[in-house]
Amino acid sequence: MPATTAARDTKTPRHAAIVRVTHWITVVAFFALLISGGGIVISHPRFYLGEVGNVNTKPLFTLPIPASRDTVPTGYHFVMPDDNGWGRYLHFEAAWVLVLTGLVYGIWSLWTRHFWRNLIPERGDRGWRAYSREIAKYLHRAPSQVGDARSYNVLQRTAYLVVIFVLFPLVIWTGLAMSPSFTSVFPMSVVLLGGRQTARTLHFFVSWALVLFLVVHVTMVALAGFWSRVRAMITGRNATDAGAHAEEDA
Amino acid sequence: MSGISRRKMMAAGAAAVAGAGGLAVAARLAKRYGLVPPDDGGIFGPGETMTYAVQRILTMHGPVRQFPRSMISKEPFANETPALGKAFQQMEAGGFKDWRLTVNGMVARPTAFSLADLKSLPVQSQITEVACEEGWSYIAEWIGTPLYEVLKATGASPKVRYIVYFSIQHWMWESIDMGDALHPQTLLTWGMNDGDLPVGFGGPLRLRVPRQLGYKSVKFLTAITAVDSLKHVRDGRGSVDPSGGYSWYAGI
Repeated sequence: MPATTAARDTKTPRHAAIVRVTHWITVVAFFALLISGGGIVISHPRFYLGEVGNVNTKPLFTLPIPASRDTVPTGYHFVMPDDNGWGRYLHFEAAWVLVLTGLVYGIWSLWTRHFWRNLIPERGDRGWRAYSREIAKYLHRAPSQVGDARSYNVLQRTAYLVVIFVLFPLVIWTGLAMSPSFTSVFPMSVVLLGGRQTARTLHFFVSWALVLFLVVHVTMVALAGFWSRVRAMITGRNATDAGAHAEEDA
Repeated sequence: MSGISRRKMMAAGAAAVAGAGGLAVAARLAKRYGLVPPDDGGIFGPGETMTYAVQRILTMHGPVRQFPRSMISKEPFANETPALGKAFQQMEAGGFKDWRLTVNGMVARPTAFSLADLKSLPVQSQITEVACEEGWSYIAEWIGTPLYEVLKATGASPKVRYIVYFSIQHWMWESIDMGDALHPQTLLTWGMNDGDLPVGFGGPLRLRVPRQLGYKSVKFLTAITAVDSLKHVRDGRGSVDPSGGYSWYAGI
């Protein structure tokens, strides 16, 4: 790497301030949504397809857990604590935090070409060969190279783009499709999904897809050197910038 | 400190001031246009206000989806019917001839309507979905008298901003804003699927508010009060919901 680039690189933060701040706000909002969403689900742990579904109709599947309401036959003689009230308050407040944070991030990213510069796969990487190369690297636990901590590889870029442009929009859409007021003005939002209960079931699955991303993401961060990567997302600096090349390998 | 970072700090400071100012203006406008819900206090107040205000701006006039007759649920589900007391049983034995809906508050002609009185007003039917906050739902045909017909008949003042409504269960009370109260599908419901509204589903009279979740559709309806403010109605938080941890606005 030419000296000039290296010098500039250490001055430019690994992650821009906006990315760092919106990342951590999203983390907090996501956990609030996950916990409150779980609290809401247990009041009726049955899922359906189509427009309607209730204990008198056949479910698509049932979670094997007790419910927080005694109106749902679960087979358990136990009713869980009912957290729907504050759960719903928290769910929608956290949803606003997530949506507004996402808007700030999205507008900033378009403005600064963040998506093009950092997230859309580089020209040479737009093909199956690039993906298989990166997958092979992971499978062989290949030591990371200088520069890995400064840029995302094609798998990371794809995962982040899917979360930003597919999973988050889908989870917001399927959530709004359950709002009787919202769907009264935008009926297509629920009709296109195949009905209210299908929207609820999809909301549940997309949430799990986001949880799956979270697990893989945190695992990868841990394998790459948990504290150095977390520090980069908090302070904007890589440990390597300070000259600690030993951590580069992690 | 380098020039760039100072400039950045100043830009961030200006943005923060503009943001705070914008929020203050937004809060004032929201208050003026009635976009602040009665349960706007506490840690969940900001989220609740955002939801209510934005939904109101977007959804003032939307009619909820209606369904074909073939989609009416064969076995609609209702929560267990509570014990409703002796007075209710007596009225039930008499075919609810003595059931009254009292309408008072800011109306020119406070009136106690019998079910027959309500049926003599213009009647409407709709095939719409009931969605519970728990997640389940069903579709039924609902037959009744639009709430706005009763407000018209009693001469509600244009200054009315909320309709408060009560059940024969004394602890149960609710309110809606005029967006929902005057909505053509908000129905004083006395019939369901071509018969009388069964007691299990809130009979003899239930206020169906189809643009909100099921818990706003109060069963065993006995009284309606037209008010210009919710501050002095019971605990001032607009309904029984906030005291039980639930939000007053249930359009989402």
